[in-house]
Amino acid sequence: MKEKNNKNIRLDYKIIFKIIETGSSVLDLGCGSGELLNLLIKEKKVKARGIELREEAIYECVEKGLSVFHGDIEGGLGEYPDNSFNYVILNQSMQETKKIEFVLQESLRVGRKVIIGFPNFAYIRSRFDLFFRGKAPVNPSLPYSWYESPNVHFLSLKDFKNYCKEKGINILETYYLGKNNIIRLFPNLLAPNAIFVISK
Amino acid sequence: MASGIEIVNTKYYNFAQTPDEMTLESGKKLGPITIAYETYGRLDKSKSNAVMVLHALSGDAHVAGFHKGEEKPGWWDNMIGPGKAFDTEKYFIICSNVIGGCKGSTGPSSLNAETGKPYGIDFPIVTISDMINAQKHLIDYLGIDRLLCVVGGSMGGMQAMQWVASYPDRVLSAIPIATALKHSPQQIAFNEVGRQAVMSDPAWRGGNYYGHSQPENGLALARMIGHITYMSDESMEKKFSRKLKNGSYKFSFTPEFEVEGYLHYKGDNFVKRFDANSYLYITKAIDYFDLSSGDKLFPNSKEVDVKFLVIAFKSDWLYPPYQSREIVKLLKARHADVTYCEINSNYGHDAFLLEFTEETRLIKHFLNRVYIYEGKK
Repeated sequence: MKEKNNKNIRLDYKIIFKIIETGSSVLDLGCGSGELLNLLIKEKKVKARGIELREEAIYECVEKGLSVFHGDIEGGLGEYPDNSFNYVILNQSMQETKKIEFVLQESLRVGRKVIIGFPNFAYIRSRFDLFFRGKAPVNPSLPYSWYESPNVHFLSLKDFKNYCKEKGINILETYYLGKNNIIRLFPNLLAPNAIFVISK
Repeated sequence: MASGIEIVNTKYYNFAQTPDEMTLESGKKLGPITIAYETYGRLDKSKSNAVMVLHALSGDAHVAGFHKGEEKPGWWDNMIGPGKAFDTEKYFIICSNVIGGCKGSTGPSSLNAETGKPYGIDFPIVTISDMINAQKHLIDYLGIDRLLCVVGGSMGGMQAMQWVASYPDRVLSAIPIATALKHSPQQIAFNEVGRQAVMSDPAWRGGNYYGHSQPENGLALARMIGHITYMSDESMEKKFSRKLKNGSYKFSFTPEFEVEGYLHYKGDNFVKRFDANSYLYITKAIDYFDLSSGDKLFPNSKEVDVKFLVIAFKSDWLYPPYQSREIVKLLKARHADVTYCEINSNYGHDAFLLEFTEETRLIKHFLNRVYIYEGKK
């Protein structure tokens, strides 16, 4: 990544960018307007595909020259042959999918490695909101009020680790994210976000 | 309406003279063949900027600009011209009338060289693949080795896919719009009702009506049914609701509702410009079309180098989005470079002729990417 651009890029993008090797093939599930994929194509020469539900975002992707599938993640994953991609990215989209197990298994099938980024429901501010204020948490990593949140699953870092252990999924790398920095101490309490790299 | 393209003329290319007739999928031979076509923009020196636009059931070669003395531009004029999705400053656009048609290319209303009379139903059945084989002769004649893009809606989309299936090395990208890998029984059923409307009209005379008036009632009825399938419940509600032509019920069977008037108008206009036998031949070709097994779309089981942009419309119930997703499914399984977009339109199947703002946003950038990619190779 060129230094001059470095400041404006979201921390999670920076981390995902670092994980992915030059020349890889990448499928971004819930790719939005294609910022991350565009960055990966330009700087890392990846072969990129995306799936996105919002029509307007599809136009923005096509304007960037990306190849994207308009539809939901559940419907869009099925047709890819096994191990079609080096990486499948599920950044901030896993918690929004209804059939989470299906999406995870399918992601692990079509990708050799899966990069998952999600908000930590056990983050201290969320705990504070629930425990002391008696309110559903609203903070930078869970920014929505209860009535407008696209999230249908709420999980902590511990939950996800336990899930992987139970299902025999390998956790290859973990990154605990603060607003602008990496959290090293007590991540399940202090990190609002996390990125995991997993494989079968 | 401003077109940006000045006056255009239809051109004609003749080939398949005896004894070099073209062999059709049915095994029968057809020749000599005339193809009516129009071109817009300039073919560049390397002949690598050519885009083939493919028309639907009732379309023709006149896709953009104006014919001399006419007020109505070509059928996709909003998409083709300087600065438009298919920018004629950059690309060379070709559109030809399909064989079996009645707009200048050889079809059932053309003269049979053997008899000196119009073919009628002696004209051999042609398929979408035959249409593409004929177009390939035209491309060879124009000296174009590889088409930058093949694009079309409805039957035009079928032709685009057939181009890839028949000549994968001569196409860099394809844009099938509001189309399907094969007709479903429901789609075949609508076509058959249309054909029966034509053939049950006594004026059809077993297909030999040339020299008399054509089966106008039958063809108009077929077209009326067609138009119902091209619109959506919502677009009909918006356009007509239950509005009456004369304000109150007449308590008779004359067309009173605006929707009735519209269908009659469309039917009557259609018989003035379209040959009834061509309607039979072309709908049959559409029904026979079937690339639904991957081996047919890509005969050599290798990976596909053709880039695809597949477009569907939410309210299109004649060619529902699931049929476009079937195309995408096949392409994904072959690791093809494919983009899919389902445009949220309520115009029904007609949307591919109307939603040009959204189509332009997709096609302009997609095509530019293919153009740049071609430049790098």
